[in-house]
Amino acid sequence: MSGDAARSPSGRDGPAIEAKGLVKTFGETRALDGLDLTVPAGGVYGVLGPNGAGKTTALRILSTLLRPDGGTARVLGHDVLADADGVRRRISLTGQFASVDEELTGRENLILLGRLLGFRHADAAARARRLLTAIDLADAADRQAKTYSGGMRRRLDIAAGIVVTPDLMFLDEPTTGLDPRSRNQVWTIVRALVARGTTVVLTTQYLDEADQLADRIAVIDHGRVIAEGTPGELKASVGSGILRVRVQDPAQRFEAVRVLTRALDADVQVESDPSALTVRVDDSERSVQALAELNRSGIATAQFALGQPTLDEVFLALTGHSVKEVAA
Amino acid sequence: MTTDLAAGEAIDFELLSVLDEGTRPRPAGRFSASVSHLYRAALRVKHSPAQIIDVTLFPAIMLLMFTFLFGGALAEGGTGEYLQFFLPGVLVTTVLMITMYVGMGLSSDAEKGVFDRFRSLPLWRPAAIVGPLLADAARYTAASIMMLSFGFVLGYRPGPGGAAGIALAVLLLIVCAFCMSWLWTLLGLVARSERTVTTASMTILMPLTFTSNVYVDPSTMPGWLQAFVGVNPISHLVTAVRGLMGGTVTTGQIGLVLAEAALVLAVFGPLTMRVYRRRN
Repeated sequence: MSGDAARSPSGRDGPAIEAKGLVKTFGETRALDGLDLTVPAGGVYGVLGPNGAGKTTALRILSTLLRPDGGTARVLGHDVLADADGVRRRISLTGQFASVDEELTGRENLILLGRLLGFRHADAAARARRLLTAIDLADAADRQAKTYSGGMRRRLDIAAGIVVTPDLMFLDEPTTGLDPRSRNQVWTIVRALVARGTTVVLTTQYLDEADQLADRIAVIDHGRVIAEGTPGELKASVGSGILRVRVQDPAQRFEAVRVLTRALDADVQVESDPSALTVRVDDSERSVQALAELNRSGIATAQFALGQPTLDEVFLALTGHSVKEVAA
Repeated sequence: MTTDLAAGEAIDFELLSVLDEGTRPRPAGRFSASVSHLYRAALRVKHSPAQIIDVTLFPAIMLLMFTFLFGGALAEGGTGEYLQFFLPGVLVTTVLMITMYVGMGLSSDAEKGVFDRFRSLPLWRPAAIVGPLLADAARYTAASIMMLSFGFVLGYRPGPGGAAGIALAVLLLIVCAFCMSWLWTLLGLVARSERTVTTASMTILMPLTFTSNVYVDPSTMPGWLQAFVGVNPISHLVTAVRGLMGGTVTTGQIGLVLAEAALVLAVFGPLTMRVYRRRN
């Protein structure tokens, strides 16, 4: 991490976020335990971790909703404690903890926020109309938000965060619990924000979401950053590659495990798919030999692919537990 | 929205242009922010008009119940005379009861997370609390008008205080209710559930209103209770309201009430804002 990156009062040249040694305890629980985070300006920064890892707490501190017990944080050059209003003038946030008034309609919610942000009523109403059309909620604009589906609700939440286009947007688990179509819609909005120049910081439990969207990722566990880098760097840190094998006949899988273990001198993992196997390998030469060994033993393969490990595997290697295990 | 689901990388040009137009205006000022919160309160009433029951039906029930059920037994001159005595008191009780709702509303906002959205805006922070309180002032006025109208129908006649006395009495009551509301806002922010707020406010308010001079003349009570009723701020408020409506009020009575109200505001206002700012 480049904690000494150039700093400017506007935060334009320096990193979007610089947090050092953030600590927050709730009673007995140490939600943040010396969290360091440097988020470059522009692009999507993913904060990845299981439930209870401290992701939401970190976001709440960075968005000035929560005071840290220790440590410092600057967002776009503004100190979150000393200049909270300066931070608030540049950011917006959306998540379970920053939602809309369910009793009001989608339109009324956006008008209300527009007025609070300083628009005159007519301008706020015009802005609401444009936003509702852009996020595909024009037909539901005059229904109370409590009647919305999960996906509609999430889009309204995000729209509430872009009534004014922020320089930095915090999204707390923006797609948790959404169906694939709604998830795609949220991703489209995130990409549009980034294209417009907004830095997006999003937390997620979904590794594929971080993989697909994020330019850089911080992996958080027990209130600390345990790894940071681009998705590619994180994957490379675990080992050079993963060999994925699928045998044509599941009955031959056990025999394949025996052959591969001997040929590669490594632990072979059996996947839930009855014909699939994975092996962590450091040497692609030996993988080629292993394929020859399989052929010699008369085991036909449907797939034999050498690739990068998934973030799921990275997470397992870093923390000793999988994301899903903890999240469940 | 683009509808091409297969294209994960789709860029939405309409959205992009909306984002380009989202230039930040100067943040709303204190007054404008408070009025916007008032606007929110009005919208909520529009969507669930049943909320109005507390300011319409509740006063009517209170008045009818006490006047006819207990009035004959409580006053020597029967229900008519009791109404003269009781109307100012029940007016105070009703309005003070309505003050509790602000705490419940805040607590339910905090539970649902809409509060944090407001807290993340670059605004004069008390607006989120002052706005709802302004909305409540409208409710207090409505409830007072309802109560006085029922009173007139049932036969209440104002004393020498006249219309001006009644108007001043309502004004004094609203000022006091506004100050007292800050106790409930604090409670609403500290307690984590709406139910807790309801229970706690009832526990504070019910005994306080009953051990006052709202319902009966304290001279019929045992000495220790009379002493308590004498120092109960609600008694002071009822005395002043009764005095204004009956034309017998003294400056001292009004001064005492205003001082007590200011004290409550001075203590619970800053406490509320402190909790609001530092809420976890």
